[in-house]
Amino acid sequence: MADTCTCAAAPVLIFPCSGGSNVGQIANQAAVELTKEGVGKLFCLAGIGGHVESFIESSKGNRLVVIDGCPTACAKKIFDHVNLPVTDYIVVTGLDIKKNHNFDLERKDIEKVCAEVKKRLQCNL
Amino acid sequence: MEIKIFGTGCPKCKALHQAVVETLNEMGLSADVKKVEKLDEIVQAGVMLTPGLMVNGKLKVFGKVPGKEDIKRYIEEEKQ
Repeated sequence: MADTCTCAAAPVLIFPCSGGSNVGQIANQAAVELTKEGVGKLFCLAGIGGHVESFIESSKGNRLVVIDGCPTACAKKIFDHVNLPVTDYIVVTGLDIKKNHNFDLERKDIEKVCAEVKKRLQCNL
Repeated sequence: MEIKIFGTGCPKCKALHQAVVETLNEMGLSADVKKVEKLDEIVQAGVMLTPGLMVNGKLKVFGKVPGKEDIKRYIEEEKQ
């Protein structure tokens, strides 16, 4: 097998809302770190939102982890629009992390989101 | 028709290549099937995960080996 193969991470795709608040960016950073750890693969929410066929087609049949920053649920609504079933859904503010517009993200908050994603993935195997 | 298979040579990439060739045979079509194995070219094509499948310049799917029915559909969409 080639050393540079990117097949292995395929089954779990992670879509953070990446919104314009601390919680949106915590979601994004958690997705980056989960990808680096090999838990899943950060995927392009914008590709789904833009109805790019290859992104929608490639997401089908996979485990789709959606991380919204707040209950506005923008990321979840994007999936509703394209009729893609979300398998694991997390809202950052639901983890007792308060929304603000300060982008000095707290390390403990990012770790809390990462831990929640891992817990969900283990529970829902 | 030009079909590109994106992948660095792992088993899934080979499986996709084989599935495409078999599907073309079943459809009675011939196509220029190319393998793209250089990582830079794979990334440039917008393939986030391998293997990836492009038909006539349109990226159809990546990160999985689609079933033959899906491959048939991708080809039909670009057959014109």
